[in-house]
Amino acid sequence: MGSDRATAGNALEVANVSVQFGRTKVLDRLSFEVPRGSSLAIIGPNGSGKTVLFQALIGALPHEGTVRWAAGTRIGYVPQKLDIERDLPVTGDDFLRAKAAVTGASSRDASRALGLVSLDPSVAAMSIGTLSGGQFQRLLVAVALVGKPTVLLLDEPTAGVDELGQETMNETVERLRREEGLTVLLISHDLSVVYRYASNVLCLARGTACFGAPKTTLTPAMLEQLYGTPVGYHVHDGR
Amino acid sequence: MTAADLGGLALAIGTGVAAGLVGCFAVMRRMTLAADALSHVALPGIGLALLLRVHPVLGGVAALVLGALLVWGVERKTRLATETVIGVVFSTALAVGSLLTTGEELMEALFGGTGRFTSVETAIGLVVVAGIVGFVWRARHCLVLTLVSPEIARTSGIDVSRLNLAFLLVFALTIALGLRYLGVLLIGSLAIIPAATAKRLALSLNGMFGIAVVVSVVATTTGTYAAGILHRQPGPLVVLVASACFILSLLWRRQGHRGAHHP
Repeated sequence: MGSDRATAGNALEVANVSVQFGRTKVLDRLSFEVPRGSSLAIIGPNGSGKTVLFQALIGALPHEGTVRWAAGTRIGYVPQKLDIERDLPVTGDDFLRAKAAVTGASSRDASRALGLVSLDPSVAAMSIGTLSGGQFQRLLVAVALVGKPTVLLLDEPTAGVDELGQETMNETVERLRREEGLTVLLISHDLSVVYRYASNVLCLARGTACFGAPKTTLTPAMLEQLYGTPVGYHVHDGR
Repeated sequence: MTAADLGGLALAIGTGVAAGLVGCFAVMRRMTLAADALSHVALPGIGLALLLRVHPVLGGVAALVLGALLVWGVERKTRLATETVIGVVFSTALAVGSLLTTGEELMEALFGGTGRFTSVETAIGLVVVAGIVGFVWRARHCLVLTLVSPEIARTSGIDVSRLNLAFLLVFALTIALGLRYLGVLLIGSLAIIPAATAKRLALSLNGMFGIAVVVSVVATTTGTYAAGILHRQPGPLVVLVASACFILSLLWRRQGHRGAHHP
């Protein structure tokens, strides 16, 4: 994850990061900082490089530029929708146990994570291929929370989750951020979530990038430029 | 029962345990095709070893390690390229190998020998079994995270690329372990069929390990025993027993799968 470390106060510093697939430049000299304990939302249309950015941040993709994480960073990662075979005989418990074993966490830590995402232990005992979309997403968030992460990277974590579940999960992540000082990087298509929870927003679209506080950055003109069409949105007041 | 028979039985059981465990991850990682094709690459190694008058399994191991390195190198590129390379290179290996090896030796290399081993071969084989079982047990959590999501594995501190290489090398060793017993064409099935049977029946990871090992050991021991009675080579009989278990598993519908939604 880079030899340099982010300076005090920042969980992550990204400078001039570019990623190229063949001749297509997906990310072009992207620079931003994420203060410790803050929440960064990453938005942009499909194909704008949001997931690619996450993969570059964790060192899974070759890239130009520098990515600096704070010393002692432990990342909890929630990947975008996974293609799991229906008959894969790996239960939610197997998955949680594997994460706990690899990160040196206790089984109590795993049970706590299940509680935090409101997933019933009987659901965790089922094989992951048989879980509903929403149950599986909750499990992924629980797995990300095992091992005392300092940073959460969430790639559309509430995709397929019912509305009440989305609310619970967003609130849980927000509570962990406030209470345990977690830094959150969140890819989302839901602008109301961005306005409500994000300290900063990073918008990605070919040829465009913006960064700043949601209310000042996401102007109607910027949203239209990003999505190529006027975007209706509703700002939630109060947290 | 002589000491050699006991040693042979121990190695048959050990090969079954190792192939069953390694096969579980090969099947879950959806590398059935690669696994089966990789075993073919042993043939030119065996042919060269026979020409050079060294132990054929040594030639097979060398070729398998090279094959594993090749699959690993190509896997880092695109999926399509992996399948193409496997299709071309490993079929070529089989063709070259069958030109280098002829007659009785070719048949033994392809379908396995008598299942009789020297005490040194048995001892080395059992050490390799212990190494393979030890690896799978120690790496099982890392392998599970990697097969579900390489990103989760990587951010949990796992060197995914190194783990993939280690797994391929252990798979190659498992193939090598069964080479003289089942031959180049059949050893892949001993890793794949019991694990595929277990995948259909098991509801959890430990369940899958258990079922795969039982099916694999039943196949190796029953096949070897039947070979003695029928005066046949054990290899094909071992695979037939494993296949029978798989066919039986098709008749069994495991619980908890109706009405569930795919994520």
